Amino acid sequence: MAETMKLEIFRYHPEKDNEPTFQTYEVPFLEDWVILDAINYIKDEIDGTLSYRWSCQMGVCGSCGMMINGVPKLSCAVFLKDYYPDKIRVEPLTGFPVERDLIFQMDDFMTKLTEIQPYIIRNKDEEKPLDEGEYLQTPAELARFKPYSMCINCMLCYAACPVYALDSTFIGPAAIALGQRYNMDSRDHGRDARQELIASHEGIWECTFVGECSAVCPKDVDPAAAIQRAKVSSTIDWFKDVLIPWGKKK
Amino acid sequence: MGKKEMSTYHRPFPNTWWLKRKPYVLFMIRELTSVFVAGYCIFLLVFVYKLTQGADVYGNFIDALKSPSSVALHFIALAFVLYHTITWFNLTPKILVLYKGEERIPQGLVAGMFYAGWVVVSVIVALFVLGM
Repeated sequence: MAETMKLEIFRYHPEKDNEPTFQTYEVPFLEDWVILDAINYIKDEIDGTLSYRWSCQMGVCGSCGMMINGVPKLSCAVFLKDYYPDKIRVEPLTGFPVERDLIFQMDDFMTKLTEIQPYIIRNKDEEKPLDEGEYLQTPAELARFKPYSMCINCMLCYAACPVYALDSTFIGPAAIALGQRYNMDSRDHGRDARQELIASHEGIWECTFVGECSAVCPKDVDPAAAIQRAKVSSTIDWFKDVLIPWGKKK
Repeated sequence: MGKKEMSTYHRPFPNTWWLKRKPYVLFMIRELTSVFVAGYCIFLLVFVYKLTQGADVYGNFIDALKSPSSVALHFIALAFVLYHTITWFNLTPKILVLYKGEERIPQGLVAGMFYAGWVVVSVIVALFVLGM
């Protein structure tokens, strides 16, 4: 018989279950299968009731984030062979309410993402008419924020963040990193508008720099660094306010 | 607006979360080291205070510091302070992001500057203490 592997999957049906359970499935072991392939096999061949999110299968859409043996990962980016022959435990991303099986509720993240205003904000009098073309930027100016712009909103960083799991009012790694991405963009004037939220208690000061958000990020965004850098600039703001109170605010 | 609230399951997050993965344990150790850093700062303040109390008081204090338990405590504090310093120096390049044009200055170089500064300051202190 061909080699097989076992996946132990978190199951929760909102209309039938009070508590989640774990169900074990045996799937064929193929060298080139990622965990998402195995889960798709379960859905198609063994148990059609299993619910989970996925789309692109190439690490771009950010839909298939799951806890794989307790570590947040994109299930399309981890191979079965890296765990063979051990059993793999698959759970929904930590820190989010579970809707069904591996599907978690992402409304909180979506709200925070909107609140951080992740788009270019121009001063009213510096808005160019469309026919004057785009706002130009040098490669050096682009390099300053480019890593932070690679976020795919997969929420692995939230699942890795114990602060968010303990207190979900925390704005969280990806949203703050995106705020920082626009704050550092030479074309943007929106820092003051974002600062109220970023520098609030629920913002950067909640972060204790565990650093796991950056460790699990599939796109090397380094949200932990973005948050610490925002702490530095907020502290500089504070010192300027206290030491030079007569100084004109930007 | 007519949308039925879906019942969701909220998983418990136990206080032992930090024991579940090595990076979390290392983080908690880093947090704990702060206690030793603060404790040693207080110790140094006491040290200075004793110095102001005359030769006898200071001499007795120094003798007490030579006890095996005091020496052991110093070694423990040293281990935690080293862990604190090294982990934070290694994290510094994430916060201190420097560019030369489009190129980011390598993180190792930024951390290296801190280590170099540490060595220089340590040598100066050592020379001062040894009275050279």
